[in-house]
Amino acid sequence: MRDIDDGMPGAVDALKALYPRTGRAHVVGVTGAPGTGKSTICDRLIGSFRAEGKKVGVVAVDPSSPYSGGAILGDRIRMQEHATDPGVFIRSMATRGHLGGLSASTGDVVRVMDAMGMDVVIVETVGVGQDEIEVARTAHTTVVVLVPGMGDDVQAIKAGLLEIADCFAVNKSDRDGADKVVRELQVMLDMRPRREGDWEPPVVKTAAIHGEGIGDLRGALDRHAEWAAGSGRSGQVLTDRRKSELGEIMRGMIAKAVERRIEAYPGGIDGLANDVRAAGKDPYTAAEEILKGAMDGLKESGGR
Amino acid sequence: MAGEKDDLESIAARREEWEEKECRESFGRIPARLPRFSTVSDMEVKALATPADVPNMDYERDLGFPGCYPYTRGAQASMYRGRLWTMRQFAGFGTARDTNGRYKYLLSQGQTGLSVAFHYPTLMGYDSDHPRARGEVGKCGVAIDSLADMEVLFDGIPFDKVTTSMTINGPAAILLAMYIAVAEKQGIGQDAIGGTIQNDILKEYIAQKSWIFPPRPSMRLIVDTIAYCTEHVPRWNTISVSGYHIREAGSTAVQELAFTLADGIGYVQAAADAGLDVDAFAPRLSFFFNAHVDFFEEVAKYRAARRIWARVMKERFGAKRPDSLRLRFHTQTAGCTLTAQQPMNNVVRTTIEALAAVMGGTQSLHTNSMDETLALPSEQAVTVALRTQQIIAEESGVPNTMDPLGGSFFVEWLTGRMEADALEYIRKIDDMGGIIPAVEQGYPQREIADAAYHYQQQLEKAEKVVVGVNKYVMEGKIDIPILKIGEEVEAEQRRRLAALRAGRDGAEAARCLEAVERAARGTENMMPYFIRAVKAYCTLGEIIGVLRRVFGEYKDPGMF
Amino acid sequence: MSSTRKLRILVAKPGLDGHDRGAKIVARALRDAGFEVIYTGLHQTPEMIAAAAIQEDVDAVGMSIMSGAHMVLMPAVVDLLRARGGEGIAVFGGGIIPDDDMEALRAKGVKGLFTPGTPLAEIVDWINANVTPRQ
Repeated sequence: MRDIDDGMPGAVDALKALYPRTGRAHVVGVTGAPGTGKSTICDRLIGSFRAEGKKVGVVAVDPSSPYSGGAILGDRIRMQEHATDPGVFIRSMATRGHLGGLSASTGDVVRVMDAMGMDVVIVETVGVGQDEIEVARTAHTTVVVLVPGMGDDVQAIKAGLLEIADCFAVNKSDRDGADKVVRELQVMLDMRPRREGDWEPPVVKTAAIHGEGIGDLRGALDRHAEWAAGSGRSGQVLTDRRKSELGEIMRGMIAKAVERRIEAYPGGIDGLANDVRAAGKDPYTAAEEILKGAMDGLKESGGR
Repeated sequence: MAGEKDDLESIAARREEWEEKECRESFGRIPARLPRFSTVSDMEVKALATPADVPNMDYERDLGFPGCYPYTRGAQASMYRGRLWTMRQFAGFGTARDTNGRYKYLLSQGQTGLSVAFHYPTLMGYDSDHPRARGEVGKCGVAIDSLADMEVLFDGIPFDKVTTSMTINGPAAILLAMYIAVAEKQGIGQDAIGGTIQNDILKEYIAQKSWIFPPRPSMRLIVDTIAYCTEHVPRWNTISVSGYHIREAGSTAVQELAFTLADGIGYVQAAADAGLDVDAFAPRLSFFFNAHVDFFEEVAKYRAARRIWARVMKERFGAKRPDSLRLRFHTQTAGCTLTAQQPMNNVVRTTIEALAAVMGGTQSLHTNSMDETLALPSEQAVTVALRTQQIIAEESGVPNTMDPLGGSFFVEWLTGRMEADALEYIRKIDDMGGIIPAVEQGYPQREIADAAYHYQQQLEKAEKVVVGVNKYVMEGKIDIPILKIGEEVEAEQRRRLAALRAGRDGAEAARCLEAVERAARGTENMMPYFIRAVKAYCTLGEIIGVLRRVFGEYKDPGMF
Repeated sequence: MSSTRKLRILVAKPGLDGHDRGAKIVARALRDAGFEVIYTGLHQTPEMIAAAAIQEDVDAVGMSIMSGAHMVLMPAVVDLLRARGGEGIAVFGGGIIPDDDMEALRAKGVKGLFTPGTPLAEIVDWINANVTPRQ
């Protein structure tokens, strides 16, 4: 996993080898703004899967600092209960998003856990921005977590959220305003265009810190998995999944190759920018040149 | 201050002139040492304060007299002319027998009260033979597993003459039950004993992190102790609302002030919500502040604390008795200002800090020993620490005059400024729905972590100086003798526990634990059940274990 | 090979003491130095720390102990890491640690030791000098 995250040569070969063993785990995405209690929900979900003897992998993604490139990954703290359980594997990752958050390794790490024999892989991502939506596409079932009183009215939530959510969890539901959030979500869901047979994302109230509503959330996840498998649309779902997987891997490979090309440039991105300006080049031409070099590099290394 | 408006205007005008003329000339020759002058909390301070800096101060309304509302100038009218502050050194290490010896030594050296430091397993509600206690037994305090240890701890110490403060929070009710049981064995009724349990769980979530249960059941246990003591143990201080640990965790002085008072407001509200009469329990609430090294900031902090609390109790809670309005506090000098480098310097820091506490009108004081960044205090070091207080008390002349800094333009300005800043924090916390929701959201925790990191960065850049650490550094180490606790203490406690479990009436112990569990699931006051259980020699770990099952455990939310 | 290897460091608070000011400050400083820090929070047993270090595939484990339990807990983590194939993980620690204990801890495999008052830069420098990405 480390090699994958670090984009080491050889990682792709390893991924190729284990790919046939993937596809068995139920991949659950959990996403929401900071402070919504995602990690606590994950903690409780782990408990509920473990009660049935299922093996659980967790990929917890936190943002890298845009200033230093470092990160503090603290999601494990809320999953202490399972720290020494051999049936639980928790891996923290930083977004390392040098180029607009294009970091492909999350999906790869999910596939490794899948191949390790995890029955469920939970992917926890912070915030609901563009890259989180990308990551959510890795998941078979995506839970979007909201809380009352975060100041962001439900109406203000981006339309993208409705598209990715297979289930909403209104967490901290013991606080005032939870019912209002539920009602508003329901109205938005009712208003969106949909076709016959579409999945209707349920809205579940949870108070994860007290363990409340987790059974309901589990029920919703299981129902969604069943629906995806047996709705007569499973072919379409699988194709969609392969599509996004392919897209994500391609984007990841390209991003890594480009990053590498830029790193190899004297002075890195700053040097490149300065040279582009000094040469009076337009940025499009410069970008094309970098891309071409990156692709040549890719050919030589036979992968990453 | 309180001058005529015209006077103030002319003073302000003259000050401007002074800055333009005399200051400019003087700084022209000798430039300012620093681009900016600020307290250790990084609050910018004035070069000079004048009456124009406290233009709205009204003497009667804002200062008054010692022992009179709003108590800015002191909690009692007699202050140190009547009785000096209680010299109460926090102590505990090894077994109960080891610590009993230290207590007797301290009392023989003129200390006037006891203060128990428990080891971590006791603070967290584990017996010494629990796997989580591995390596911790007797290290940071005394190992107390049951009433049997408590009997040894206080052997030969008369509870009718000595008051005892116990730094204990999650398991506070049970340690209080043990204290009551020991008193009974000494033939002293619970209505005659005096002392304090810290019992301040909110600051554990905020700063000190020795928690057991989640906030809501913890608040129930606290309200139970308040209700029980109000009726049966009238001389007991039921909570010591503590800013000390908030400050040690890296807060600013204003944050210490604000979060401590917000915690206090939370307890008063919880007890009032449970139907208790404010004037019945509020007189037994006490406070515990840090004495950091920035002298004036600390003095202003204590003065502001008294003023804010008096007004809050009167205006928000409708308290009427003077004892409900007056804030009494214990002080400990700041452990976080001590340095491992050149440890003798710590004596000087502690002296400055202790002086601030006395100038700020503290009711009791612990002075840190010079070796506390290295280990638990040795007897030699703790003696110097106690002597520091005695020198301030007997030689310095400082206690002779009440609130000696009151009326200083600078101190009054700073007191007002800290009061205003703290009230702003309290308002924000009120907006979040009170201190419990604020803690659940991690608000105070984040504010403190930010302040701690900010200060650390100032140290790294040498914007703040710590002598011997980032300036005046000396090569090589200066050795002072230190106290070490061996691993044999753990073995000894395991033996004692095994003997206790074998020797007690097992059926009675089991019945008591069942009764505790039933009470915990219901709504009755739990204190009588705890007292019965400790008398049957149920261990602390056993009783807390039952409560963990019923109440659940709190987990580190890991706020950054 | 391009240098996309980023150091991953676990920062943990073993034992029962709750003084996490130092651990949190170190975690932030390491982040600001460009490392990926996995912070596991308070009240960790050696077993929890070792399990996390292995799962997270870290290059180093930093522990802060203020309660005096360092002689038991720090070596316990070193031993558990060795037993689980993590012998290449560098272990460092901080807290209230007397001089002779330091010697003993170094002998037991706790390579870096820092007492209160250590500048953050010193810890970062130590990591840069002593910790390399594991292969």
